[in-house]
Amino acid sequence: MKSDDQRIVITGIGLTAPNGNDLASYRTNLVEGRPRIGTLDLRYMGTAPAGICDFDPLRYQKKREIRVGTRAGSIAIYCAHEALADAAVDLAGRDTSRVGVYIGTTEHGNVETENEVYNLSQFDYDTRFWSHHHNPRTVANNPAGEITLNLDIHGPHYTIGAACAAGNAGMIQGAQMLQLGEVDLALAGGVSESIRSFGIFAGFRSQGALAEHEDPNRASRPFDRDRNGIVVSEGGAIYALERLSDARRRGARIHGELRGWALNSDASDYVLPNAERQVECMQAALRMAAMTPEDISIVSTHATATQQGDKQECRAVREVFGESPRTCVNNTKSYIGHAMGAAGSLELAGNLPAFVDGIVHPTINIEHLDPDCELPNLVINESRDGVEVSAILNSSFGMLGINSALIVTRPE
Amino acid sequence: MTKEEVHKVVLDIIEEIAPDEDLSDVKPEVRLRDQLDLDSMDFLDIVMELRKRHGVEVPEADYPKLASLDSCGEYLADKISA
Repeated sequence: MKSDDQRIVITGIGLTAPNGNDLASYRTNLVEGRPRIGTLDLRYMGTAPAGICDFDPLRYQKKREIRVGTRAGSIAIYCAHEALADAAVDLAGRDTSRVGVYIGTTEHGNVETENEVYNLSQFDYDTRFWSHHHNPRTVANNPAGEITLNLDIHGPHYTIGAACAAGNAGMIQGAQMLQLGEVDLALAGGVSESIRSFGIFAGFRSQGALAEHEDPNRASRPFDRDRNGIVVSEGGAIYALERLSDARRRGARIHGELRGWALNSDASDYVLPNAERQVECMQAALRMAAMTPEDISIVSTHATATQQGDKQECRAVREVFGESPRTCVNNTKSYIGHAMGAAGSLELAGNLPAFVDGIVHPTINIEHLDPDCELPNLVINESRDGVEVSAILNSSFGMLGINSALIVTRPE
Repeated sequence: MTKEEVHKVVLDIIEEIAPDEDLSDVKPEVRLRDQLDLDSMDFLDIVMELRKRHGVEVPEADYPKLASLDSCGEYLADKISA
C-alpha cells in the first residue's frame, strides 16, 4: 500500500451537464432515467440534437469576463468554483501558488475561430476587423487560464489535449502532479464547448457518425442495434484532488480515491478504435491499482453510439470482465450525449454516488440491444439497486487512438 | 458630429464592452481608466467599435487622445459624420 502522501483522493466535485448543474440533480436524473438533449440550429448546416447546459455563468463571472472569454472558460470557472465549495476549500486562506489547474479538452479554438471568420465575412474579409481577443481566446490553455484569472490562482495551469479521453487525462495529470509534490491542491477534470462549433458536427456528419432522431432525447443510443452516431454535448466536471494525508489533516470529506490509471495509444488509425489496446489499457489500470477484474463493481463505458466504436469496446470489456460475475457495465452518454473533453470526468461523476447509494444507473434508450454489445451485467433501461459498489473503472477513448482508464475506489 | 454626440457614441460603446460598469456619472474631463475598470484590451475594443460602427480609423499614435470623453470629443468630432 502506498503511503498517504502518495494516495490521491477526490474532495470536491463541480459539474455542469445537460441534465444537471450539480452532482445531486445530475445523479437523480441518471438514476431516474431522465436524459436532456435539445436541438441546436447550427450555422450553415441546420439543426442537430445537442446536449446544452443551462448553468448561470453570472454566478461566478462578471458580464465583461463572459464577453471577453470563452464558453469553455465559463464552464471551467463554474465547475472550479463548485468543486472548491464542495471541498470546503477557501482559497483566501491558502498559498495559491501551490494550487494547480489541469483541464482536459478534446479541442479548443474551433468555436472562436469559426465565430471570427464569420464576423470577418460581415466586413468583406477585411482583416482589420479580426478581433484582438482572438489569440487569448484560442490559445490551448484558455479554459484553464480563465480559471486562474477568475480565482486568482498562481500555481501552474494548462490544458491536456487528449481528444475524448481528456476528462480522464486531466484527472490523471492532477493526481501525478500531487504525487510529485508540485502542488498541494489540483483542480482537474475536463470541459467542452464543442456544440458552439458547426465544424465539429459537420465533421461527424461527413464521417457518418452524427446521431439523428426525431426525438432528441432518444438520439444517443449506445449499444442499441439502431444507433446511428454521436450526440455532441457541452459540459464540464472538475474535481478538487488532494493527497490523502492533506485531506485527512484538514478533515475533508472524501468522495473516492484515484487508485489506478493508465493511458496508451493504438497507433493504428486516426478514428477507428482498437479493442486490443483498450484491453491493455484497462488491464494496466488494474495492475496499478493492484486489483483484479472481480474487484471492479462498475465499468463506466465510453461508448458513443457509433456502430464500430460500441462493438469494439464491448469486445474489450468482455475480454477483461467477461469472467467477472459481479461487475456491472453502464453508460452515461445515453442521457447527456458525448460531452467530448468533459465526457470522462462527467461520466465518472455520475457514477461516484453509487459508493453511497448502491445504485447502478442504467444506459437508456435501448429498444433492441445489439447482439454484439451483449455483456453479462450490462445495466439497461432500469437502475440496479442494492449493489455493493467498491470500485469504478471509468473508460474514455479518443481520436488518434488515445485510450484511458481510471479506477476510483470507495473511501475507507 | 458635436462633441456631446461623440460622448454618447463613446459611452454606447463602453456600455457594451464594459457591461458591469455604472455609466450614469462618468465625468467628461476625467480619464476613463481613472473612473472605470477598463484595461488596454478594452481600449482596443473601443478602437475596433469606432472602426466597425463609424468607419473611423484611430492610429496607434493617437490612442492617448481617447483618454477621456472630452478628449474623445475633441479628437473624433470632425471624424464622425452626424
